[in-house]
Amino acid sequence: MQITDEIIDYVGILAKLELSDEEKEQAKKDMTNMLDYVGKLNELDTDGVEPMSHTFSVHNVFREDVVVNGDDRENMLANAPEKKDGAYKVPRTFD
Amino acid sequence: MEKAYETVIGLEVHVELATKTKIFCGCSTEFGGAPNTHTCPVCTGMPGSLPVLNKEVVNKAIAVGLATNCTITQNCKFDRKNYFYPDNPQNYQISQLYYPICRNGKVEIEVDGKKKWIGIHEIHMEEDAGKLIHDPYTDSSLVDFNRSGVPLIEIVSEPDMRSAEEVIAYLDKLRMTIQYLGASDCKLNEGSMRADVNLSIREVGAEEFGTRTEMKNLNSFKAIARAIENERERQIDILEAGEKVVQETRRWDDNKEYSYAMRSKEDAQDYRYFPDPDLVPIIISDEWLEDIRAKQPEFRDEKKARYQEEYGLPEYDADILTGTKKLADIFEETIALDANPKKVSNWLMVETMRIVKEKEMDADDITFSATNLAKLIKLTDSQAINSTVAKEVFEKIFDEDIDPDKYVEEKGLKTVNDEGALRTTIEQVIADNPQSVEDYRNGKEKAIGFLVGQTMKAMKGKANPGMVNQILKELL
Repeated sequence: MQITDEIIDYVGILAKLELSDEEKEQAKKDMTNMLDYVGKLNELDTDGVEPMSHTFSVHNVFREDVVVNGDDRENMLANAPEKKDGAYKVPRTFD
Repeated sequence: MEKAYETVIGLEVHVELATKTKIFCGCSTEFGGAPNTHTCPVCTGMPGSLPVLNKEVVNKAIAVGLATNCTITQNCKFDRKNYFYPDNPQNYQISQLYYPICRNGKVEIEVDGKKKWIGIHEIHMEEDAGKLIHDPYTDSSLVDFNRSGVPLIEIVSEPDMRSAEEVIAYLDKLRMTIQYLGASDCKLNEGSMRADVNLSIREVGAEEFGTRTEMKNLNSFKAIARAIENERERQIDILEAGEKVVQETRRWDDNKEYSYAMRSKEDAQDYRYFPDPDLVPIIISDEWLEDIRAKQPEFRDEKKARYQEEYGLPEYDADILTGTKKLADIFEETIALDANPKKVSNWLMVETMRIVKEKEMDADDITFSATNLAKLIKLTDSQAINSTVAKEVFEKIFDEDIDPDKYVEEKGLKTVNDEGALRTTIEQVIADNPQSVEDYRNGKEKAIGFLVGQTMKAMKGKANPGMVNQILKELL
């Protein structure tokens, strides 16, 4: 599949990435390679084959509804670049 | 000339499920904790953390699906909905797109005596996002992830509603059904039930749907009704001006009674859904379904019919009592303690509802116990207290759930049945009010009422009214 400049720009917007012209060219090449690789699957006739979401045959992995976690705020916030009043501080964001 | 338009409405209703823990981790879902005190690596999207599904979420989603006549997807999965927003720490929300747990349901509503089925397209399970608080001091946003990962179901209706009245009847039906299931408290004002309204208009008789808008931030039935009227008018004005409705998300401002277009959560509405590789498929066996089906409670409509038939209550009373699960619960619990159903109904319909109205509260938030109401009814039945005192004691029960036996004893509120004491008081009242006594003797029957009142006052409301009347008549 041919990756166009438009596709690279669009993917950049979705991923919130700003790429230089050089990086864009490299990304175009990489993406084309990847898509060509998995594109091989398109040669197969998959009519009537259920789409597969997992490669292992495990199902129904559940947890009981019991509280096991306590207040670990200090540890949780240890990773925050900025914090205030027990909350993560981020750039002003509108709803 | 103005054309006739029809409003077409579909709803997306989010309901927070009343589980103890979040959908994918063992953090508490309790409301109102200090910011980020109910969080862990899973619900804050830390790399390497893995979600494990809370089985109770599936149970509750199935129960709601069965109660709304849905087909349960016995082989269902979770998908990732990708978008960037600071309230969403994983940069994706775990939701269900391809195999939602429930499909093709319907609920019956009634507006102005007319019954109608509203279709349910699907119900899916997903996780709630965190909360952003604007900090004016630093002009930044503060993120609290306590709500992040709280289980939600989203109930998507078909575009089957045509008026605000139908929308409210539908929401009320969902709310009552889910409350009776104990799956959620469904409070619009606290956000445990949220409704987004999809609305379009078309000329009456047209086959095609018009372009729709989605309205968010509707926190009460009143706001929903006003927003629907407002949006209908706005779209009609646009069409009448020869312009086109733009498909967009709008936010309702209830103070200004006006909606405005929201900036979308990202520039491109492309969520790139794909199956979540961290969560394995859910296979719901026939046995599992039957188990939940067998545990379904008696719902409002059945309960209402039973109250009329079994207890001989008027339809209006049965409607009010079943209109709040809490009232229905107290009603049944009090009857189970051998209280007369009509008397229990009377206390709930008259005094309870009066206080609820006065305090402008929600009947769901009533806290008094059936035990104490049953005791109060016994006290009145045995004429240990008169009705005036009973009302006073009831207010105490309503506010503090006091034990009426103890309270009446301690405060000395028992009705005075002591004839000697009554006689002495009445003689004094007669001596003090010669005018009324004369009026009565001259044939003014009403004057006795004043004398009864004076006696009750002298006895601090505790006199047996029947005896007071009798003795008064005798002495006059």
